[in-house]
Amino acid sequence: MAFARSRQALAIAGVLGLALGAAACGTGNDKKSSNAGSAECAAYEKYGDNDGKKVTVYSSIRDIEADRLAQSWKQFEDCTGIEIDHEGSGEFEAQLPVRVDGGNAPDLAFIPQPGLLKRFADAGKLKPAAAATKTEAEANYSPDWLKYSTVNGQFYGAPLGSNVKSFVWYSPKTFKEKGWTVPTTWDELIKLSDTIAASGTKPWCVGIESQDATGWPATDWIEDVLLRTAGPEVYDQWTTHGIPFNDPKVADALNRAGTILKNEKYVNGGFGGVKSIATTSFQEAGVPITTGKCALHRQASFYANQWPKGTKVAEDGDVFAFYFPAIDPAQGKPVLGAGEFVAAFADRPEVQAVQTYLASGEYANSRAKIGDWVSANKKLDLANVPNPVDKLSVGILQDPKTVFRFDGSDLMPAAVGTGTFWKGMIEWINGKDTATVLGGIENSWK
Amino acid sequence: MEFDFAEEQPKFLMLMYGLIAFVAVVGGLLLLLDVVPAWFARRREAQLVAASTGGAPLPRRRKPREGLFALFFLLPTLLLLAIGLVGPAIRTVLLSFMDSGGNDWVGLRNYGWMFSEDSIVRVLLNTLIWVLLVPLVATTFGLLYAVMVDKARFESIAKSLIFLPMAISFVGASIIWKFVYAYRGDDQDQIGLLNQIVVSLGGEPRFWLQESPLNTLLLIVIMVWIQAGFAMVVLAAAIKAIPGDIVEAARLDGVTPWQMFWQITMPSIRPALIVVVVTLSIATLKVFDIVRTATNGNYDTSVIANEMYNQAFRYGEAGQGSALAVFLFILVIPLVIYQIRNLRQQREG
Repeated sequence: MAFARSRQALAIAGVLGLALGAAACGTGNDKKSSNAGSAECAAYEKYGDNDGKKVTVYSSIRDIEADRLAQSWKQFEDCTGIEIDHEGSGEFEAQLPVRVDGGNAPDLAFIPQPGLLKRFADAGKLKPAAAATKTEAEANYSPDWLKYSTVNGQFYGAPLGSNVKSFVWYSPKTFKEKGWTVPTTWDELIKLSDTIAASGTKPWCVGIESQDATGWPATDWIEDVLLRTAGPEVYDQWTTHGIPFNDPKVADALNRAGTILKNEKYVNGGFGGVKSIATTSFQEAGVPITTGKCALHRQASFYANQWPKGTKVAEDGDVFAFYFPAIDPAQGKPVLGAGEFVAAFADRPEVQAVQTYLASGEYANSRAKIGDWVSANKKLDLANVPNPVDKLSVGILQDPKTVFRFDGSDLMPAAVGTGTFWKGMIEWINGKDTATVLGGIENSWK
Repeated sequence: MEFDFAEEQPKFLMLMYGLIAFVAVVGGLLLLLDVVPAWFARRREAQLVAASTGGAPLPRRRKPREGLFALFFLLPTLLLLAIGLVGPAIRTVLLSFMDSGGNDWVGLRNYGWMFSEDSIVRVLLNTLIWVLLVPLVATTFGLLYAVMVDKARFESIAKSLIFLPMAISFVGASIIWKFVYAYRGDDQDQIGLLNQIVVSLGGEPRFWLQESPLNTLLLIVIMVWIQAGFAMVVLAAAIKAIPGDIVEAARLDGVTPWQMFWQITMPSIRPALIVVVVTLSIATLKVFDIVRTATNGNYDTSVIANEMYNQAFRYGEAGQGSALAVFLFILVIPLVIYQIRNLRQQREG
């Protein structure tokens, strides 16, 4: 009996061995040979001879967006022979430090928070950008943008994608039917809201739920309003803790945002009372515009991806966006936005080649053509931007008169920017008063 | 959504690798544990046979060197414990006395922060509420249920019903209960069971998970729902183990069911009761998944484990996160010591 059983076990082991061998054959080695030398590859010769090398990239970009990313650098891969291995994670912000501390850092990371980038730079984990990357970045981006990835005078990498946050989404169709007009000042905006509220519809849709990151859409509101009431200089002092977080000017901005966000007559179209803002996911929040349950939704340019299938996003379509009006004419036309930066944890030549390529105009145009993407790259040709909202955004970003400021919560230290600030906004929506919330956030900033 | 097999191929390949690796490891282990000893046994058998028939000298059975043997089996465990548990524990303690990046010593500042920051005091308080309520309520429910279904007609079915939630992960259970507590505006169809009940009774839908301190209690309900089954199973087994003659003697003495419970059942199952309460207390101290899934620690519902994760991994405050971890560790130690002493006494007694 014992003999029979052991033979059986041996047989199993043998089959296993075969299976393992077969699987090993299945993977094969499918290294692409580069097409270097062909005519269309001439532009990539400057990235040097790195055939057969591999560069790992880590980011928060997933699903369709990740596929588009892979498509956007395909030609670069084919021509240079560098294989770019991209990995997107929904827990990017929490996992990147773990990977870096654990000695498993990616070659490149697309970091959307200058605060996080600074932390890595201060800890000496990041490699300064190569001279070629710096030259390319300086040629293509305004100094305003480059300063976010410059730490203590050292430049760490160019911006990649960008977005414009100062938009209010609306339905041009509904506006036409009801005879409403797009407001160009804050007073007009409030007047319009009152008109809509009087007609029995809740004018605004708001949602700040975003799983781990719940609260961020509310921080954008405060930042956008502060930029309009107090101006860019005060805004810069606020994001760098030059003035306390609970400065009266910030409190004013919060209260002004509150006249919309905490107004039971204004919110929350289709979702319930003010408190429902905290549980409404930001992806779903604007959708009731398409069914007429609300009329206005302040959200970034990338919200274009969130509309239900078949919704026409255009100036004369089902939905479109207008510029979130200025408040104080003396402060000009400020624009709030964000974007990610290509930072390197390795300085091998192929890594620097990819980093330089991603800063180039060729890359920006290659990615823009695929759609749903905005960049502040000056070489980006408007003709290559298919989506009308993206066109509007790129136009704003490239306009030299635009007073651009980066998302404040991303600039602050993580404990504040993605910690107490987010939490504070949730509590504020949930009923806590302005002074308590701002005081609490100020206390957490060391 | 269409399913494109070719597009999903990498995932299937990954799945196959996982399966193959699993089979290889488990199969290898089985092979090692089955074939190798069997081979030795057969050899010895053959030697014995040869000795008894051919008159060859009986092979002397080697005396197993127990110490060496034990060490051989203990070594991997000790090594893994050192790498995976002792090392990180020491590092965490050291980090808790350092600043956010783990560069400079800051003494007890992180601990001072823990007890002075309002939001963290709130977290400690919440954890206290959890630790007081969950073991108490879950054990009480489990005990009552065990006593009631004992020798009832459909005992096994009744038991499996309450034991089922144990099989669901904490995250899964939290998602289920999140739906129970869900809110929709009063002009919409309610998708939350609780609010639907409120609405059909003529009330206004409420934000269950946004009202402190009610929300913490509602989260505790989830934990009790999961753990009552565990308490019930252990206690039911203990009740079954009470010697029949004791029960019979009590019956002959004419006890009431009340007296039976307090004077026979309770003293008899006391050791099992302690095991249940201590195990539940440790599990509750570590609770993380439920809070993170249901509210993410917002609306004043955070607990130590959740806050520890946030501080260390999301906010980059390794020092403060480690201090919370060490505090949690200190809280668990007395429970573990008590548990071990209890087990040892039982074995001796």
